[in-house]
Amino acid sequence: MTSIKVELKQHQAEKLREVCRSFGNQEGELINVLHKAQGIFGYLPAEVQEMVAEELNVPVARVYGVVTFYSFFSMIPKGRNPISICTGTACYVRGAEKVLDEFRKQLSIGIGETTPDGKFSINCLRCVGACGLAPVVMIGEKTYGRVAPDEVKAILKEYEND
Amino acid sequence: MNTINLTIDKKPVSVPAGTTVLEAARSLGIQIPTLCYLGLHDLNIENKPAGCRICVVEVEGRRNLAPACATDCAEGMVVSTHNIRVLNARRTVMELILSDHPFECLTCAKNGTCDLQSMAQELGIREIHYQGEKSTYRKDTSPSIIRDVDKCILCRRCEMMCNDFQTVGALSGVNRGFQAVVAPAFEMNLEYSSCTYCGQCVAVCPTAALTEVDHTGKVLRALADPGKTVIVQTAPAVRAALGEAFGMEPGTLVTGKMVSALRELGFDHVFDTDFAADLTIMEEGTELLGRLTRFLEGDKQVRLPILTSCCPAWVNFFETYFADMKDIPSTARSPQQMFGSIAKTWFAERIGVNREDLVVVSIMPCLAKKYECQREEFSVDGNPDVDYALTTRELANLIKQANLDLKQLPDSDFDQPMGESTGAAVIFGTTGGVIEAAVRTAYEIHTGKSLNRVDFKELRGLENIRSATVDFNGFPLRIGIAHGLGNARKLLEEIREGKSEYHAIEIMACPGGCIGGGGQPLHHGDSSILKARQKAIYTEDELKVIRKSHENPAIQELYASFLGQPLSEKAHHLLHTHYFEKKKRKVSIG
Repeated sequence: MTSIKVELKQHQAEKLREVCRSFGNQEGELINVLHKAQGIFGYLPAEVQEMVAEELNVPVARVYGVVTFYSFFSMIPKGRNPISICTGTACYVRGAEKVLDEFRKQLSIGIGETTPDGKFSINCLRCVGACGLAPVVMIGEKTYGRVAPDEVKAILKEYEND
Repeated sequence: MNTINLTIDKKPVSVPAGTTVLEAARSLGIQIPTLCYLGLHDLNIENKPAGCRICVVEVEGRRNLAPACATDCAEGMVVSTHNIRVLNARRTVMELILSDHPFECLTCAKNGTCDLQSMAQELGIREIHYQGEKSTYRKDTSPSIIRDVDKCILCRRCEMMCNDFQTVGALSGVNRGFQAVVAPAFEMNLEYSSCTYCGQCVAVCPTAALTEVDHTGKVLRALADPGKTVIVQTAPAVRAALGEAFGMEPGTLVTGKMVSALRELGFDHVFDTDFAADLTIMEEGTELLGRLTRFLEGDKQVRLPILTSCCPAWVNFFETYFADMKDIPSTARSPQQMFGSIAKTWFAERIGVNREDLVVVSIMPCLAKKYECQREEFSVDGNPDVDYALTTRELANLIKQANLDLKQLPDSDFDQPMGESTGAAVIFGTTGGVIEAAVRTAYEIHTGKSLNRVDFKELRGLENIRSATVDFNGFPLRIGIAHGLGNARKLLEEIREGKSEYHAIEIMACPGGCIGGGGQPLHHGDSSILKARQKAIYTEDELKVIRKSHENPAIQELYASFLGQPLSEKAHHLLHTHYFEKKKRKVSIG
C-alpha cells in the first residue's frame, strides 16, 4: 500500500497530540484515536500513524496493522467531492452496481481510490436510510436519488468548475 | 491452588487451575500436535494465538472442537485428542494451510528442518483436496535476514518474539484475508524498519518465511581462490550446538571435531573468536576499572553503570531506542570485530600477506553478526575487517557438502597464535558469561589479589534479569544481567530514570545469550536444548587450564609486541568504536 507523503503542519500535529491526550495516551485506545484522527485529516497518512505510535508508545508496525485491518481506515485522501454509492440491499436490487460501474468508468478509478487531480473519490456504503430513493448516491453532502447509469455523466458535469 | 480433575483419552489427570489442555495432555505423555504454538517456559516465552487449529481436540458436551493450546482445563472435562472427528479436522486444517503454500520443498532453505513439512508428514497428508489462492508477495532481503512471505503460515511466532520478548516492534500482522502478511510498518523493507537483526524471528519461524542471508557460496569461492589466504574464527556458542545438526545430543561439545572439519574445508588457519573475547575482557575490564576508580575518587561526571557491547543486536537496539545514553556502553568492539581488526593488521603482517589478500570468515551463532561486519566503521578503505559471517547452521551445511561426518572426525587444536584462549572467553557464549569473565580479570587487577575461586555461580542461570553483588576488596560491585531485549529495556529505563543501582550490566539480545542465537540449530521450542548448551559452555570453561583472560599468553604477547597497554592509542584505534543514533526510520514511500 502506498501513501501520499505529507508533512504534518504544526497546528495539525498539535491537534493530533490533543486527540491522543484526550484518550490518556492509552495503548488500548488505538482504534478510537485513529478514528478521531481520520475525522481530522480525512485519511491516515503514514506521518499521522507515526505520530500516533509515538504518542501511544506502540510500534508503528502495529498501528499500520490496525489501519490495514479495518476497511473503515484509509491511507488515501478522499477527493474534494467524495462519491458514496449505497450498495445496501434495496439500492443493490435497484441497480446500484451498474451505477457504481459507470462512475468507475467515467472517472477511471476503483473503489477506495481518488482521481489524480484530487477532485473525486469513490466509496461504497451500506444503506443511508433512504431506500425509497434507491439507488442512492451521495456526493459530499448532496444526495441523488433513483440514479440511472446514463445520468452519471450529467451528475459529474455539475462539478466541472470545482 | 485449586486442583482440577479431568480425563484425556480416558486417562484421569489432576492439574492446577489455569493449566491448558495441551499442557495437561503433555503431562500424561500425550503429544497433541501443534504448529503455531511455541512455549519456552523457562524464559517466559509463549505464543498461543490458537490461529492454526492443528491442536484441536474434542471436549465432551461442546459443539465445536477446541484448540488445546488455548483451552483451560475444567473440572470433569472429558477430552479426546485423536478420534476420527479430530483427525479429520486436523487434516482439513493442514490441507487448507498447504493450499496456500508453495510446493518448493526440495529447493527450500528449510527442507528437512521445517515444522510445516514434518507436521504434514506426521498427519499423513498425501493429497490436497482444496485448490487455494496462492498469494504472492515480494521478497525482502536485508543484510542478515530474508523475508519470503509466500511461505508464511501466519503463526505469529515472529511477531510475538519481535514485539513481546524483544520489544523491537519491527513486525506486525497487516492487511486481511489472502492479503494478510507479517510485515514491518507500511510494508517497508526490514532494512529500513526498527529491526535489530537479532534473528529471533528466524529462530522460531516454522517455515522458510524468515531465513538468514546465505554466504556459504562466497566463502567457498574464497577458499577456492589460490591468491587468498582464508582464515576462520569460531564463536564460543557454536561448539556447544553444532553437533545437534549431526544428530548428536544437545549439549555435546564438538570443539575439536569442529576444528578438524574447518581444516578439512580448506581454511588456512583455524582460529578462535575466544582469543578476541580474552582481548575484549582486557579492554572492557580496564575501561570498567577506569570508570570505577574515577567513581571511587568522587568524580560525579563518570558514567556508570557501564554496559557490555559485544552483542551487535543489542548495539542496534540502544542506537535506536536509547541513543540519548550512547556514552554509557563500553566502547570496546565485539570479539568478532576485534578479531578481524587484529587479524588484518598484526597477523597479516606476521605472515606477510596484504590485507586485501586475507579473507576473514567468522562462524557465529548470530544473524546480527552478518550486519555488524558490514558496518562501515569496521573497514579500512572499503576492505572489511571481517569479510563473511556464517551461522552455525551454514557451517553445518558446508561440512555436509564436504562429505564429512562430524561425529567421526578426530579432535584437533586451534592454530596459534589467535587460537589460544581461556575459560573466561568460552563463557561469552551464555548469558552472564561476559560479566563473569570481566569480574575474574577486573577483580585481580583491582585488588592485586589472586582469586580463590573463579566460578561466580551467582551470575549464572536463565532468569530473565539477574543481579548479584561481588565484593571487590570491601567495595560491593553491583552487577545486573539481562538477556532478551525486552528485559534489557527494563534495565535501560531504570538508568534513564536515574534509578539504576548497578555499576556494570551485561546484555545479550537472545534468550540464553549466544547459545540461543538466531543462527543456531533450531530449538523447535524446546528450552531443555538451551539449558544443555549452557551446561556445555560451563563444562568447556572448567576443562580449560587457564581461566582468566589476562593470563592468556598469546594476549600478553599481543600487548607486548604490538598494542602496548589496554586502552593505548593503538588499542583505541583498532579495538574500540563509537555509536550512532539510529533514527526510527521515517516513511519514505510515496
